[in-house]
Amino acid sequence: MTPARAHSAMPQTAMNTSPSEFNHPAQASAQVQTPPAKMRASNVSFHYGTFRALYDVTLEFPANKVTALIGPSGCGKSTFLRSLNRINETIRGARIEGEITLDGEDVLKMDVTGLRRRVGMVFQRPNPFPKSIFENVAYGVRVNGLASRSELPDIVEKSLRRAALWDEVRDKLHESAHALSGGQQQRLCIARGLAVEPEVLLLDEPCSALDPIATAKIEDLLVAIKDQCTIVIVTHNMQQAARVADNTGFFLLGRLIEHDRTDVIFKNPSKKETEDYITGRFG
Amino acid sequence: MTARNIYRKTLNNVMLSVTALCALVTVSTLFVVLAYLVYNGASSVNLDFFLKLPRATGETGGGMANAILGSAEIVGFATLIGVPIGFFTGVYLSEWGGQGVFSFIVRYMCDLLNGVPSIVIGIFAWTVIVRPMHHFSALAGGFALSLILIPITAKSTEQFLAEVPRALREGSLALGATKWRTIASVVVPAARKGIMTGIILGVARISGESAPLLFTSLNNEYWSSGLSEPTASLPYMIYTRAISPYDDWHRQTWAAGLVLLGLVLVANIAARLILTRGSSSARG
Repeated sequence: MTPARAHSAMPQTAMNTSPSEFNHPAQASAQVQTPPAKMRASNVSFHYGTFRALYDVTLEFPANKVTALIGPSGCGKSTFLRSLNRINETIRGARIEGEITLDGEDVLKMDVTGLRRRVGMVFQRPNPFPKSIFENVAYGVRVNGLASRSELPDIVEKSLRRAALWDEVRDKLHESAHALSGGQQQRLCIARGLAVEPEVLLLDEPCSALDPIATAKIEDLLVAIKDQCTIVIVTHNMQQAARVADNTGFFLLGRLIEHDRTDVIFKNPSKKETEDYITGRFG
Repeated sequence: MTARNIYRKTLNNVMLSVTALCALVTVSTLFVVLAYLVYNGASSVNLDFFLKLPRATGETGGGMANAILGSAEIVGFATLIGVPIGFFTGVYLSEWGGQGVFSFIVRYMCDLLNGVPSIVIGIFAWTVIVRPMHHFSALAGGFALSLILIPITAKSTEQFLAEVPRALREGSLALGATKWRTIASVVVPAARKGIMTGIILGVARISGESAPLLFTSLNNEYWSSGLSEPTASLPYMIYTRAISPYDDWHRQTWAAGLVLLGLVLVANIAARLILTRGSSSARG
């Protein structure tokens, strides 16, 4: 998977769309130069026992871009996301086929703890550990032996600042993480993920349990951190995809129907299924 | 009102009364036992009881200090063996074993071991420890009690670990933690209150066991000089004193029963407190 090959595999429609159609600020640079793919999935299929959840999904994630995966419930978008850091392996009877690469390296052959250090994940429901706020953020650094004890306070502060939570928790770092509100807990989980400085951050419907204000904070945060990592977000909320994502992939019944720049997907989709879903005429 | 309706209403009331009566019998049993123990034994629970050795046969006075210490030694030794083995068995069953054949066998054996009459466990400990050593000992007693404690601890540990939400495990694994690190740093701490409760209840249960001790630690009228000596224990004291013909010993038996029941009650209440305080902070 050389960068050149990844380059040539960009969706054709991206090249055919005229620049005048862009009104999404994040898109400004994408039209000129496509960054090399950070992660790439080729012909990925996934089985839960006898149930096949994914059919030959091929998709790439350009570095320092936000890619949204949308589609109705049960379409396989979460399964696909959870294949990227191999967290789905922990489910009994799970089986994957195809190839996933991270910087050209085969993810399925990689040491799984090393992979997950580089590819972080934020889950649908906030899942802080039953520990203090400080210990939650420090956890990943500790288990990976990434820093000495004396460096931890700085790393924790930096991560909480990046997750836009520092000002709200600076005086109660040693209180239980469970005392925080849902939105704060989710930002804590993002801070926890950022503390190990992942190259890719996967988010599985991170705002579905949150109110609009907490959602807006997380969306701002994603846009702010994408210069430091590549982001993949699964969302039910199409407005959210439109707000934060550079590229969007539409899944239906275990297949990737269409993948393109977000503005193209929402304004000028090439597949009828995509258009039906986007315009709410689905089914 | 039709006859049918009268019948239905009457049956309803009769069944309500029967079930309520049974519930009342259940709860009052404990209170009657407790009241009886207090009535007969409270006067003998004094400083001497806790600090003095038993007097010679038939003499009044003295205490059960050696039996209290002996019980603590035997139960302590049993806890030292039984809790780690039971705990790690529970961790294996919940975290690694899954639904495999080996787990099935282990789980089934735990249930069976739980159901083995404690006197049979005593005979077993006698065969494998007392006979080769040629004498009774606190070690043998502790070994026998640990066999009772292991399956209790294993089952309760497994049960409380299984209740830890999957999301917590995934959260830790997703940060690059190994499975063992996830278990040790996230899963077990999240379930620690439940696990502690299970252990306390298990230890409370074995501290009242007398049958396994008949064949293992036997008894001692004096301080035992070590774990490999025959050792007095409260349940055994109750057994020997209760069938003696002396009034003073009978009073001391009641006192020993009261102390034992008091310890078990305290352990249960402590366990309950840990569990109710714990659930709120463990779940969030």
